[in-house]
Amino acid sequence: MVETLGNLAAGFSVALSPPILFYAFVGCLIGTLVGVLPGVGPLAGISLLLPATFGLDATRAIVMLAGIYYGAMYGGSTTSILMRIPGEAASVMTCIDGYAMARKGRGGAALSIAAVGSYIAGTVSIVGLMLLAPPLAAFALRFGPPEYTALYVLGLLVLAYMSSGSMLKSLAMAALGLLLGMIGIDQMTGYFRYAYGVVELGDGLGVVPVAVGLFGIAEILATAGQPTPPTVIKPKLRELLPSRQEWREANWPIWRGTVLGFFIGILPGSAHIISSFVSYAVEKRVSRRPEEFGHGAVAGVAGPESANNSATSGAMVPMLALGVPSGPIPAVMLAAIMVHGVAPGPLLIQQQPALFWGFIASMYVGNVMLLILNLPLVGLFVNILRVPYPYLYPAILVFATLGVYAVNNSVVDVWIMLATGLLGWVLRKLDFETAPIVLGVVLAPMIELSLRQSLAMSDGHYAIFLQRPIAATLLAVGAVLVLLNLYTFARRGLDWRSRLALAEKGEEA
Amino acid sequence: MTTDRVAGIGLGLFGAVILEESWRSRLPLGSVAMPGPAYVPAVLAVALLVSGVIIAVQGAGAPRLGAVGWQEWRHAAAIVGVCAFMALAFERLGYRLTVAIACVLLLSLVERKAAVSALIFAASMAFGTYYLFDTLLRVQLPRGPFGF
Repeated sequence: MVETLGNLAAGFSVALSPPILFYAFVGCLIGTLVGVLPGVGPLAGISLLLPATFGLDATRAIVMLAGIYYGAMYGGSTTSILMRIPGEAASVMTCIDGYAMARKGRGGAALSIAAVGSYIAGTVSIVGLMLLAPPLAAFALRFGPPEYTALYVLGLLVLAYMSSGSMLKSLAMAALGLLLGMIGIDQMTGYFRYAYGVVELGDGLGVVPVAVGLFGIAEILATAGQPTPPTVIKPKLRELLPSRQEWREANWPIWRGTVLGFFIGILPGSAHIISSFVSYAVEKRVSRRPEEFGHGAVAGVAGPESANNSATSGAMVPMLALGVPSGPIPAVMLAAIMVHGVAPGPLLIQQQPALFWGFIASMYVGNVMLLILNLPLVGLFVNILRVPYPYLYPAILVFATLGVYAVNNSVVDVWIMLATGLLGWVLRKLDFETAPIVLGVVLAPMIELSLRQSLAMSDGHYAIFLQRPIAATLLAVGAVLVLLNLYTFARRGLDWRSRLALAEKGEEA
Repeated sequence: MTTDRVAGIGLGLFGAVILEESWRSRLPLGSVAMPGPAYVPAVLAVALLVSGVIIAVQGAGAPRLGAVGWQEWRHAAAIVGVCAFMALAFERLGYRLTVAIACVLLLSLVERKAAVSALIFAASMAFGTYYLFDTLLRVQLPRGPFGF
């Protein structure tokens, strides 16, 4: 514990240096803007800003990108509460009671509760990250190729299980992502695979063009041409303070959302989105007045908003401790630190203490910045929504193209972005989730290498995965998830994931 | 045809294409003890093929393809067209000219905005983003034949 505090103090000396403070501020500001703008999620925001971090060192780069990630969680609540438009997917649940509060004239109080809840969740969950990541990294030093293979397989299974649609569809999407991730030169033999003579594909499909295409471009294709958004309810500054009763009602949901969000965040999948849905369901279940939900319940804002912020820190645990991204956003962040020559994995904390502890400390500082940014300046951010969408989306399109091109100075990446954008749009129409594709693209080289190494180690015996206790345990957990899914399918009942899918489509409030 | 049937067939076909390409380009499959470059892709392609077939078989109850609502397709096609133009012109015309033309195309032809506002917006985007990214953030952007 003393060592941890010493490391944290060293981290603060990095985080409070003017350049790091500046990049944390820039990240938080951009993140808030990204969160406020409908259609530009944190993934698209981080992907677009990735090339701008190439000129920075690894610490500044990851501090700025993390600022965008948790800044987007704060910003997303603004449009949800004032316009009933989720700025990003994790704020969908906040729309329901947040907007209802705004219509009752309590929009300012809802914004304050969301901001303070996000601040508490963000700060407390960093303590969890700080305490959990180093021992987990030390444990992961025992991992060999079979354990990593089992971990990656489990990651994909959890992602598929946690998704709101069919597990089979999600697994098919993950397989598609893995196959796309295998395009290019085989790292063990040097064979050129599935590139159809395009030399630029030798390094494979980049995470950034695939992620920007599937999320950013697909969103633009789906939303351009839609009617203009409804009017914005603009709260006055003096209305921002919640009443004593509202604080009391927000207290426990904030703490429950924090704990729930952190642990869901560790699991693979779109953790920040899932955590807000689960938190809303939990608050409704434990509430003494569940009938208030949907009509302006304070807990319906406090719980989900705390949970989605807490999940962002949770998602950093496997990323920093194991070098394994739990979703597309940590994957892009991992790509960002790899560009700077920093190898992710269990040794990161030992070899790059300034980066790790500076990053942790910067998250504390960033949460304070966001609280200051989001309450008094809410009116300013809301004004961005007055920009008509016909002007907004060409700007987003330009940023997307610029960001994707600048990663490798390659037009082929722009074509990949366009192709995956079209694919993402069609898949959304067909009711398929696209997040597993991105995770598949990221994990493909790692999972293939570790699987082939494992088989070479065991002279071709798959039993190696069952003979090693850690690998066997991880695979057993995966098998349980598959069986649970089959059980639900056999009963043909609506479990919490089906209800979540219905809620996402607005069929169930 | 239902959405799941279309998706299932598409996924199955993609799996088949990967298998065919592995065989056509003679990628070694290797052995279980020493898997070759086609080993894992072949396993995944078979998995995708099987998943596609199951999704298609189970997909009778899914919504019909026409019922999904494709009303934004004209807008989407225009945006894809402009993106394709950007990809083709980026290194030939340079960043600023490409972005300016793309913005004018989107605003005047797709969104039917007044020419003056389209031109002002296009110029601001082209020169503003170039200044921000190339000049301030040192992200190298392509210059065209006219030096900008």
